[in-house]
Amino acid sequence: MATLTTPTTTAESPRPTPRKARHGGLRGHESKWGLLFVAPALLGLIVFLVVPIVLAVYVSMLKWNGQSSPFSGGGEFIGLDNYKSLLTEDQLTRQDFALSMRNTFYFVLGVVPLQTALALFLAVIVNQRFLKGRSFFRTAFYFPSITSSIAISLVFIFLFQNSGAVNGVLSLVGINGPNWFADSRGLFHILLGLVGVDSSPGWADTQVFSLPLWQWIAGPSVAMTAIMMLVIWTTAGTFMLMFLAGLQNISEDVEEAAILDGAGPWQRFRYVTVPMLKPTLFLVLTLGLIGTWQVFDKIYVMSGGNPAKTTLTPAFLSYRVGFIDGRFGVAAAMAFCLFLLIVVLTLGQRFLLRDKDA
Amino acid sequence: MATDTATSKTNASRPAPVGALDREDARQPRWKRVGKRFGGYAVLIIFALIYLGPFAIQAATSFKTSPDAASNPLSLIPHPATTAAWQRIFGLTESSSVPFGRWVKNTVFVATTITLGRVFLDSLAGYALSRLNFPGRKAIFALVIAVLAVPGVVLMVPKFLVLKQLGIYNSYAGMILPLAMDAMGIFLMKQFFDQIPVEMEEAARIDGAGVWRTYWSIILPLTKPGLITLTILSFQGSWNEFTHFLIATSDPKYETLTVGLARFQGSLGTGSQFPLSMGAALLATIPVAIVFFLFQRKFVQGQLSAGVKG
Repeated sequence: MATLTTPTTTAESPRPTPRKARHGGLRGHESKWGLLFVAPALLGLIVFLVVPIVLAVYVSMLKWNGQSSPFSGGGEFIGLDNYKSLLTEDQLTRQDFALSMRNTFYFVLGVVPLQTALALFLAVIVNQRFLKGRSFFRTAFYFPSITSSIAISLVFIFLFQNSGAVNGVLSLVGINGPNWFADSRGLFHILLGLVGVDSSPGWADTQVFSLPLWQWIAGPSVAMTAIMMLVIWTTAGTFMLMFLAGLQNISEDVEEAAILDGAGPWQRFRYVTVPMLKPTLFLVLTLGLIGTWQVFDKIYVMSGGNPAKTTLTPAFLSYRVGFIDGRFGVAAAMAFCLFLLIVVLTLGQRFLLRDKDA
Repeated sequence: MATDTATSKTNASRPAPVGALDREDARQPRWKRVGKRFGGYAVLIIFALIYLGPFAIQAATSFKTSPDAASNPLSLIPHPATTAAWQRIFGLTESSSVPFGRWVKNTVFVATTITLGRVFLDSLAGYALSRLNFPGRKAIFALVIAVLAVPGVVLMVPKFLVLKQLGIYNSYAGMILPLAMDAMGIFLMKQFFDQIPVEMEEAARIDGAGVWRTYWSIILPLTKPGLITLTILSFQGSWNEFTHFLIATSDPKYETLTVGLARFQGSLGTGSQFPLSMGAALLATIPVAIVFFLFQRKFVQGQLSAGVKG
């Protein structure tokens, strides 16, 4: 932080020289200028971020159709009713919300570990000194992260067509690819089917949050898997850069000491590199967790929540319930539940990955 | 900042093999070293195919006919090659029902305005938070950091309410104003200003320059790298922005490339007009791609400082 402006040189301690006196006044003006400089940006942040955050809770307690202003009687204040219908009443809204939570749970469970692992893997490879042209490859891996997610989604829709490029490649190795975006079968259901369990055994018919247990354990649908691949593919580049920065902060002395102690490459990676990358790992996992739970734009373009609602996510459902169905109060309540979940998960992760030596 | 290391420490300027790492490499039998290199390149090339392949297919498909795109999705050579899709995108044919021109105009206008707004307002605020002493400075900086951590999903509905309340829903003002400043940019600029030696300013002030002149003609030119980074990130962010424009407008008049493309895809259903959608998606990618290849290092730098804040 800058320590240029020590308040002792302001007008209250006038110096004898006239020159200094003039400038003492200038220092006094500094607070005026300072406020003037931050004012426009601060006003914008308050109006378009701080006020909405406060309003988020208020709107979630309204019955509001988005048309007339809720401040002049356009919305009805109903307290916690939106939350109640979302969490306790057995009906379609709660079922959709439960479905979206299930879908996103599997989405996060697949994407976060895989994108982290891929990013670390790419970073380690691109960091190998014995390979040439590494900056070219680094650029190639990073490029998808800076392009428009909408444009990329269109490309992946084309690649994952029934007779598209991905199935074309799969057929080269003799695999008959699925009709990705029309396939609502859950991966775990498919696996269970392989061992002969094709439909729900009796015990799994139990309803939990308006959804039978059998549905809860479905796993990500084939359609969702395609979207997961897109997300892993695009975000790994960003995280690769973070790992690269982390790797290059590891002093060579440490690696050399490990070699002299007789550690092989895998041991060095496991016991030297990974522990020293812990801060980066923590950052990447946190950003990944926060980002994946909010997935919205790719769902909007690629699937619209279909097939059979297996790609519905809370963010997309909240958008649809609000902006399409005109139930903005319920939409805000959904968003706020998701927000709380993200906060809890982030704190939980911080607790789990805390530095136990400290 | 430790950010430069990711880019500048490439193959150049490596010393001759003296460290234990290199000795270990040299000690290995020749076949093992060759194998290691071979494996390394094999992995790199496979991943390069996975990462660049989709873009190559995208570009090739935009020059195909619809039946060719559907039946030979993997082929990189259009057969027959046609510019029909591109003619439609640029409005050169009669049947141009899709208003690509308007999308591009809107995107250019909105992205440029947002970028200018951010560069001006973020640097002003960043300078004040870095260098000027005023009451509430620490609290404001804390607020900027706090705002950074808010997940955007919770803001969709209340942002819509604020825009409606201010009477700027469905207007360029509603698209631009909420994005014309951002906490990340303020944070980034503050960091850049923090690195400038205080003596530069003191010299200017002793020479009688006021706060504004010191900022505008002395300090700002010194932060050029920071300003360039912020310009690039703001341009990329606002060019690719989707969610805010989606909730701030409903009139097709205000559709940007992202919103237009997303709605266009929704109306298409499956299986048709892939050359058109691939071309349009490519068009939405190219400007950012050009900026990226020109200023790659700045992207990396910005990306890393964005991460460091977390």
